[in-house]
Amino acid sequence: MRWLRRNLVGIIGILVLVYLFVPIAVVIALSFNKPAGKFNISWNQFSADAWTNLCGVPGVCSSFVTSIQIGIISTLIATVMGTLIAFALVRYRFRGRSTTNLLIFLPMATPEVVMGSSLLALFLNLRFPLGAVTVAIAHIMFIISFVVVTVKARLQGMDPRLEEAARDLYASPRATFRYVTFPLVLPGIIGAALLGFSLSFDDFIISFFNAGTLVTFPIFIWGAAQRGIPPQVNALATIVFLAALAIVLIAQVVSYRRRRALQGA
Amino acid sequence: MAPVLPATASAAPAARRRGRAAYVLLLPGMTWLAVFFAIPFVTLFMTSLQQPVPGKSGKYAFGLEFGNYVTSMTEYWPQFVRSFAYAGIATLLALLIAYPLAYFIAFKGGRWRSLLLVLVIAPSFASFLLRTYAWRTILADDGPITSTLNALHLLPDGRVLNTGIAVVAGLTYNFLPFMILPLYAALEKIDHRLIEAAGDLYASASTAFRKVTWPLSMPGVVAGTLLTFIPAAGDYINAELLGSTKDRMIGNAIQTNFIEFRDYPTASALSFVLMAAILILVFTYIRRAGTEELV
Repeated sequence: MRWLRRNLVGIIGILVLVYLFVPIAVVIALSFNKPAGKFNISWNQFSADAWTNLCGVPGVCSSFVTSIQIGIISTLIATVMGTLIAFALVRYRFRGRSTTNLLIFLPMATPEVVMGSSLLALFLNLRFPLGAVTVAIAHIMFIISFVVVTVKARLQGMDPRLEEAARDLYASPRATFRYVTFPLVLPGIIGAALLGFSLSFDDFIISFFNAGTLVTFPIFIWGAAQRGIPPQVNALATIVFLAALAIVLIAQVVSYRRRRALQGA
Repeated sequence: MAPVLPATASAAPAARRRGRAAYVLLLPGMTWLAVFFAIPFVTLFMTSLQQPVPGKSGKYAFGLEFGNYVTSMTEYWPQFVRSFAYAGIATLLALLIAYPLAYFIAFKGGRWRSLLLVLVIAPSFASFLLRTYAWRTILADDGPITSTLNALHLLPDGRVLNTGIAVVAGLTYNFLPFMILPLYAALEKIDHRLIEAAGDLYASASTAFRKVTWPLSMPGVVAGTLLTFIPAAGDYINAELLGSTKDRMIGNAIQTNFIEFRDYPTASALSFVLMAAILILVFTYIRRAGTEELV
């Protein structure tokens, strides 16, 4: 009884973690299923068909590629823009600072359906054709804020004495930036880019409003949900999940090793 | 275990320079946000006041038709009420579920902390739509959860799927990481010596929690509830995939009016009201809870 009381938080915590992974387990399991009817909802029979024939359903792989392309382009542009803003906010004093902060904060506090519909209202009024361009514009818009917040945190957490030391050693401002500041901020920028890509790749609501006839991976899933989601979709989602998990875990190991090395030295 | 102090910058922040260079850095990103985030709100508002062109169905022209707000609200107020009710319940449930985990990671996580945090965000790497859809399998009518609840006579309709309960369950699950991470960030900053001091002064564990830990974690509670409530109130994926037509939320109404009915003025009016309602709620909430620093 005492043991239970002392470890209650831990037990609940682990149960919550398990709960977080239950739907993931379902998604992965159903990728090996041979659906009985058109809906892949309950377990019927083991089959690796979806894995051996990943593109076996028309449209699934092209939508997957479309999402990757849009994700890469929007992430690149948003990361550059967001990083510049983060530098301005941390390193400079300027007028209009609170307006800037508000304009960064609001997209994160606005429901997606509002952002998606208002952007669609703009494109409709301008008679701008909907498609990959409008989806990328939308993604860049909502990723920027997340990049700013992530890079800003990294910049603020940096030890200013490292840059001072570089200047004391007669490094020019350019050299200080190139050999000290930038390498120190880089992990933050990479983290921001990965976050941005995952937000773009998985976005449904804003994309759906501004896609026109373009089909991204989430839009494909949405359409398939009415007719039955093919197991290939589950297989592709499993691949994305495992790849992202691997990247994050490798990053964890690298930063852990680096910290250990620094402490040991 | 030795008290773990939060890592803080070891020296004062670097002096900020003054200069025009700042505007050059800000220009591309802020222009993008102004053109594709701020201006669309103006267009949305203008669209919400448009009038139909007589004789041409599906065409709308500039107008000051505030009646669009009246008609859309009289038609869709149940969806509004449902959105705020579902999002409210889901936020409370998420807080109850997230707090123990955030507490566990912050206070007992030790050197496993960052790995545990990775596990918290990892489910987000699998498609949002598929994760939501997976709840159709978990909550299936002949599944273990529904049968157990039925055996206990807890379900008014005899099922979970295609009811409001499933929608709330989906919302609670999907936005849980948005609750866990801010709670963790707030709990992690708490100086353990304060809790130890409460114990030294003969406070029971529950009193120490109520008077020390909980108040100090308030910034995380405020940020977490906002970050959960806002996307939940605007979401329509859960209502569409897990609920019946009787459980539709305001997001569903905005989507169908915009994309299927092409009734742009009604859809824009609904969207604008949703944004305004959420902004009012957020600002009163922040004022009462007294946390100014959210970003």
